[in-house]
Amino acid sequence: MYTQGLLEAPPKAASAVEDSERMAHFQARIDAEEKIEPKDWMPEAYRQTLIRQISQHAHSEIVGMLPEGHWISRAPSLLRKSILIAKVQDEGGHGAYLYSAAETLGIARSELIEQLLSGRAKYSSIFNYPTPTWADVAAIGWLVDGAAIMNQVPLCRCSYGPYARAMVRVCKEESFHQRQGYHAMLSLARGTPAQQRMAQDALNRWWWPALMMFGPPDTASQHTALSVRWKIKRFTNDELRQKFVDFTVPQAQFLGLTVPDAQLHQDEDGHYQTGPLDWSEFNAVLKGNGPCNAERIAERREAHAAGAWVREAAIAHAAKRAARAVA
Amino acid sequence: MNAVTTPATARELTTYVLRLADTSLVLAQRLSAWIGHGPAIEEDLGCANISLDLLGQARLLYAYAGELEGAGRTEDDFAYLREECDFLNATMAELPNGDFGQTIVRQCLLDLWRLELFEQLTQSTDMRLAQIAAKAVKEIRYHGRYSSGWLVRLGDGTDESHQRVATALVMLWPYVAEWFAEDALEQALAERGVVPSVAAVQAGFEARLAPILRAATLTRPSNVDYRWFGKRAQHSEHLSHLLAELQSLHRAHPGAQW
Ligand SMILES: [Fe+2]
Ligand SMILES: [Fe+2]
Ligand SMILES: [Fe+2]
Repeated sequence: MYTQGLLEAPPKAASAVEDSERMAHFQARIDAEEKIEPKDWMPEAYRQTLIRQISQHAHSEIVGMLPEGHWISRAPSLLRKSILIAKVQDEGGHGAYLYSAAETLGIARSELIEQLLSGRAKYSSIFNYPTPTWADVAAIGWLVDGAAIMNQVPLCRCSYGPYARAMVRVCKEESFHQRQGYHAMLSLARGTPAQQRMAQDALNRWWWPALMMFGPPDTASQHTALSVRWKIKRFTNDELRQKFVDFTVPQAQFLGLTVPDAQLHQDEDGHYQTGPLDWSEFNAVLKGNGPCNAERIAERREAHAAGAWVREAAIAHAAKRAARAVA
Repeated sequence: MNAVTTPATARELTTYVLRLADTSLVLAQRLSAWIGHGPAIEEDLGCANISLDLLGQARLLYAYAGELEGAGRTEDDFAYLREECDFLNATMAELPNGDFGQTIVRQCLLDLWRLELFEQLTQSTDMRLAQIAAKAVKEIRYHGRYSSGWLVRLGDGTDESHQRVATALVMLWPYVAEWFAEDALEQALAERGVVPSVAAVQAGFEARLAPILRAATLTRPSNVDYRWFGKRAQHSEHLSHLLAELQSLHRAHPGAQW
């Protein structure tokens, strides 16, 4: 979900130079559930797929700081303010951690950030939706972090060691965020009529975009086969989406909120079936025409540009110190 | 045991504790605006970290002020339902962030002052205040390392970075004066050993600041006459904007639980 752009840009085919023997050995290790480590041989397509997936995940964490971050200054209690700062800080930490994991594959963080700021790299479209009220912050924690967990728990068993280990830590924190978001939503749902309306409006805004976080339906998604064989991906988009729906609908019911889907129903196996998703909207947001795509990137660019003199000063100072140490 | 025995002392101590709490809260609010907008991810995280600590200090101090006051006011009542003219924070904390250099100068000055102040407050005859100070001082020591580290890097970095922090230092220096202009309330509490003498805190602050300015190749500005007294609710024009934003949602839903 944080890596939906993958579907637009399939990994380039493995080079013919890579001999089939090394390839067979590599696949055998993956089949045996061994972890691939940075110094191990790996097919170029595996490396590129992982760079793209991990860096898109990192970009999503960083851009994802913005929509919620806008509410830090107005958080309605000191406790909620603390929780929100800690959450946004965690997301920044995830970004830093994931950039480091991507760097183990031989690409510099500065280059990855350049890809984000120039608009060449993708990040999760979910962060291109606006947060007009406080309830959107609660809804993001409950639904967006909730969807992130569904997607990322299987990544803890990803074949690439550094990514798998990063995910173990990230998932612990995401599940904490999900619980806090749900609790904030509960306070609103049990609150005044104005708070209840705020909560329902936010659910109406975030429900469908959250479902689309899992990516296009399996029938329209051709590029997952290799990722599944390499154990980068372990479940299909639709499988994960179904898990999320089954987990989340009862929570909405407990909150006393209405899922904005007239066709939602429970089938004979107990699974919740949703109405059809509007993929034309998903594609529009993915192509850059979502409500906040331009603002989000502009905000990141502005921060990066405004901080250039600070980064230069840090480098200059380090050079001076090094020179003094030698002298 | 608690040194507070008379209602008069309790009132004075409440005011003093609110000064400390408001400074922590207002500075946390300012600093948190960097989260997502810093010069690098590490600085987003650094500012978030300090902001969280400051918020934690504010909450402990508001809780204590509420107990001392005995009128049932909670941390949120103090933070969200008081006016600009009720806030008692040191004026410097409310000044705008400016660029990262200005934020760092403001942070470093406040950190060094508060490090000295809270270190001495750990010796307070008021046990609660001493306990809160003991917890806070560990945090402020880390904050001071962060901000002074950056001040040295920027002061002794490029010509541009040096110029920026040198300008910020001159701009912010006049706001230091209020910390060391002892008033009757501070004097009364100092006599009972509840708070340190302002002179002792000033000496410690100057001693901490000098080597950092030297390493940053910056000059300590000379003192100026004009004084702001945020601690007596005489604020700059910036505080009311800050409070309007901080309090807007809370005040829009009177009595709501969040
Ligand atoms: Fe995250
Ligand atoms: Fe995530
Ligand atoms: Fe999260």
